[in-house]
Amino acid sequence: MIKVKINGQEQSWDGDPDLPLLWFLRDEAGLTGTKFGCGKALCGACTVIIDKEAVRSCITSINDVAGREVTTIEGLHPEGDDPVQKAWRQVNVPQCGFCQAGQIMQAAALLMDNPKPSHDQIREAMAGNICRCGCYQRIENAVHLASTGV
Amino acid sequence: MNFIDNPRKLRGFEKHLKVEKVSRRSILKGLGITGGFVLAAPVMSRQAFAYETGAGKMPHGVVVDPRVFVAVAPEGTVTIVAHRSEMGTGVRTSLPLIVAEEMEADWSKVRVQQAHGDEVKFGNQDTDGSRSTRHYLLPMRQIGAAARTMLEQAAAKRWGVPATEVKAVNHEVVHSASGRKLGFGELAADAAKESVPAIEGLKLKDPKDFRYLGKGQISIVDLHDITTGKAQYGGDVRLPGMKHAVIARPPVTGGKLTSFDPDAALKVPGVEKVMQVRGWPWPSKFQPLGGVAVIARNTGAAIKGRDALKLVWDDGANGKYDSVAYRKDLEEASRKPGLVVRKEGDADAALKSADKVIVGEYYIPHLAHVSMEPPVAVADVKGDKAEIWAPVQSPGGTREDVAKTLGIPEGNVTVNVTLLGGGFGRKSKCDYALEAALLSKELGAPVKVQWTREDDIHNGFLHTVSAERIEAGLDKDGKVIAWRHRSVAPSIASTFAAGTVHQAPFELGMGLVDMPFEIANISCENPEAAAHTRIGWFRSVSNIPRAFAVQSMVGEIANATGRDQKETLLALIGTPRIVKPAVKDMWNYGEPYDSYPIDTARLRKVVELVAEKGEWGRQVPKGHGLGIAVHRSFVSYIATIVEVAVDEKGKLTVPRVDTAIDCGTYVNPERIASQIEGAAIMGLSLAKYGQVTFKDGKVEQNNFDDFQVVRIDEAPLVTNVHIMPPGADTPPSGVGEPGVPPFAPALMNAIFAATGKRIRSLPIGKQLEA
Ligand code: FES
Ligand code: FES
Repeated sequence: MIKVKINGQEQSWDGDPDLPLLWFLRDEAGLTGTKFGCGKALCGACTVIIDKEAVRSCITSINDVAGREVTTIEGLHPEGDDPVQKAWRQVNVPQCGFCQAGQIMQAAALLMDNPKPSHDQIREAMAGNICRCGCYQRIENAVHLASTGV
Repeated sequence: MNFIDNPRKLRGFEKHLKVEKVSRRSILKGLGITGGFVLAAPVMSRQAFAYETGAGKMPHGVVVDPRVFVAVAPEGTVTIVAHRSEMGTGVRTSLPLIVAEEMEADWSKVRVQQAHGDEVKFGNQDTDGSRSTRHYLLPMRQIGAAARTMLEQAAAKRWGVPATEVKAVNHEVVHSASGRKLGFGELAADAAKESVPAIEGLKLKDPKDFRYLGKGQISIVDLHDITTGKAQYGGDVRLPGMKHAVIARPPVTGGKLTSFDPDAALKVPGVEKVMQVRGWPWPSKFQPLGGVAVIARNTGAAIKGRDALKLVWDDGANGKYDSVAYRKDLEEASRKPGLVVRKEGDADAALKSADKVIVGEYYIPHLAHVSMEPPVAVADVKGDKAEIWAPVQSPGGTREDVAKTLGIPEGNVTVNVTLLGGGFGRKSKCDYALEAALLSKELGAPVKVQWTREDDIHNGFLHTVSAERIEAGLDKDGKVIAWRHRSVAPSIASTFAAGTVHQAPFELGMGLVDMPFEIANISCENPEAAAHTRIGWFRSVSNIPRAFAVQSMVGEIANATGRDQKETLLALIGTPRIVKPAVKDMWNYGEPYDSYPIDTARLRKVVELVAEKGEWGRQVPKGHGLGIAVHRSFVSYIATIVEVAVDEKGKLTVPRVDTAIDCGTYVNPERIASQIEGAAIMGLSLAKYGQVTFKDGKVEQNNFDDFQVVRIDEAPLVTNVHIMPPGADTPPSGVGEPGVPPFAPALMNAIFAATGKRIRSLPIGKQLEA
């Protein structure tokens, strides 16, 4: 039996230990905010935070996170008012929105590590997250805004 | 020649009225409002009205009836139905906003409800062709005005005063003479009893009184849900007992399953079943390709199970499709005369007598949409009833196709539209919903079919592949006197009809026969090309290769004559006039030519606007270059200036992009800017990386590692969007698609300015590294 804490709640799993965390979150735990975009750590849509680090849940097995704490977009802030989320709304970042949970989690992890990133650092840290709609200019501005106070 | 700008014109329509069903979000639930102005399906809801757009000619046309689109609850909340699909353009916000504007509703008291697929009730729902605002600006205003009129009449009756003395203002009706006021909620029940006014008599607001339209900075209604992970996309639907499925499909278009061994797959923990899925022979329109489905308790297990399947395919006739050989065929065809689709003057003779002939051969490969959300659908089929939840651009078409595929009446099919995680034309084809419906029927349980990214790239409906050859004949003064453009590309029509070798009018009309230059001798030709895979609409469609070729050629002419790109462009556009191309089936995006002619005055103006705002001719550092391009598509006019920087190693960056758009009268400039910013990214993606290639009939790319798209670290440092203020009464035109076509040629012209290298074949790949 694998035990993992997700958004502060203990969850357990006794199925395939190799099951990617992404599918555990989405199909077993009912947390559908984390998205599937590639399954190969190429797009960042599935990004969650584990111990302050952005992690691609599509290539992380449930076994790898046994005993650890996972934060998904649903658990980032109880009211959805993390500075990153607020900045995202202020800048009107999303188009279709599908990549944005992953983008927001990546940005939140960046700011935990580096509260005042430069524009170059933002671009570097966010480069693993694809937005096919092309919201990049606004993503960059929103991360910057979140880092300077919303 | 087929005329299928919309494949649904090929279908018969048998429709059933159905009462509005609410299923999306809790906040939208509970519309069983009692004592209010309620959503209802009236028996006769259609009024004839002659629109100056092509809206009335779309399948099922336009419905203008506030009872279908507007509800007012007694506590005052106004619910407005969005009948088009949201894929990132903001339409789910913009269309209801128009209604709210015209009915004087307070936007903060408005809730948006997504319509399910029902075109008899809502009118055409195909969210494609950059048509939603263009076709619905006026109808949505009329719906809002009708609702406002009904509320005003109800108030006037209550007070016993003439209706002319009362006026709706910001969610209330006021009688200024007596200072009396009643909120919309208080009037809802009475307003519901008023008859729906005739369209002709409606009084529309004076645009100078608009509070929302054209003002900008209205956030999309889903913004909060998107940033908190609550927004519901296709794969997020959960039903009790729902199974998760993935499907192994034939790797070659038209291929069939010979045999399969499910044993290893069935041993994967969580896999419950392996079953064959029915496929249709190619060309099969939107019908499923068939294959083998793995059903599991979660998607991860289904994918792992599929990896373990042993499959033997018969590749069929397309098993030899090879992109290298096919390219040669296209290019050879482009060097020989082909079907003449536009002829003015005598291009052959003029090219012969020209002082100088410039020849450009351009190549643009297949592209995959790779919307961030791969195709996905949920179906629950019980007996002769089916319910679908899916991110589809065409909920009405999906409903028809599900009914036909299952052999049940259309009235028994409910199609719920989730948010679309990007569409770009891929989700106008509902094959994935049909797969889910077939599986659910067979399983007797609700099922979700999830496409992986590999599935999306291997089995999609790709953008065509084309060779574009232009010969421009110049006289001794450098004036272009002859223009021959041969465009060779497999047609989207090939997905519908076997044996198709020519492009359809709707494809020829995207940048080939509607070429706006003032040249005396023009020949546009379309040599034959047969398709060997499924071709489909991709954002901007044939405008991508045509604008690439035509606007690159402008750069080549500028270079050959030693003139400025912008001046060359303006000289080619010529005098301000209405262009009347000698074309038999002039498509014009389905719009009447009188309301939406090719107007070179507008084309010139966007060039001038972008040149002014984008500081054309400014000094740029060494290794940098500026390029310009303009293109009319989806009846909008768009010009782009790209500044590129190319370093010694051939690595390119884009410091700045400026785009000017004239899309006529517009609704939400904030969303126009986001569409154009995104179009620059998509344009840069296809220019740098975009290509899907085939070998032995199979797609060679798999995922975002080998089908790359632009990431944030290579995005333009700044993209400025300049929106042309609309002239009085300029009808609205497209925004979602027209931003893409001018980007790549502007970039190529910029690269030439920076390096002296002319790139004629996409993608750029390593071409600058040599
Ligand atoms: S789904 Fe995990 S990185 Fe793309
Ligand atoms: S907003 Fe659509 S993929 Fe990012």
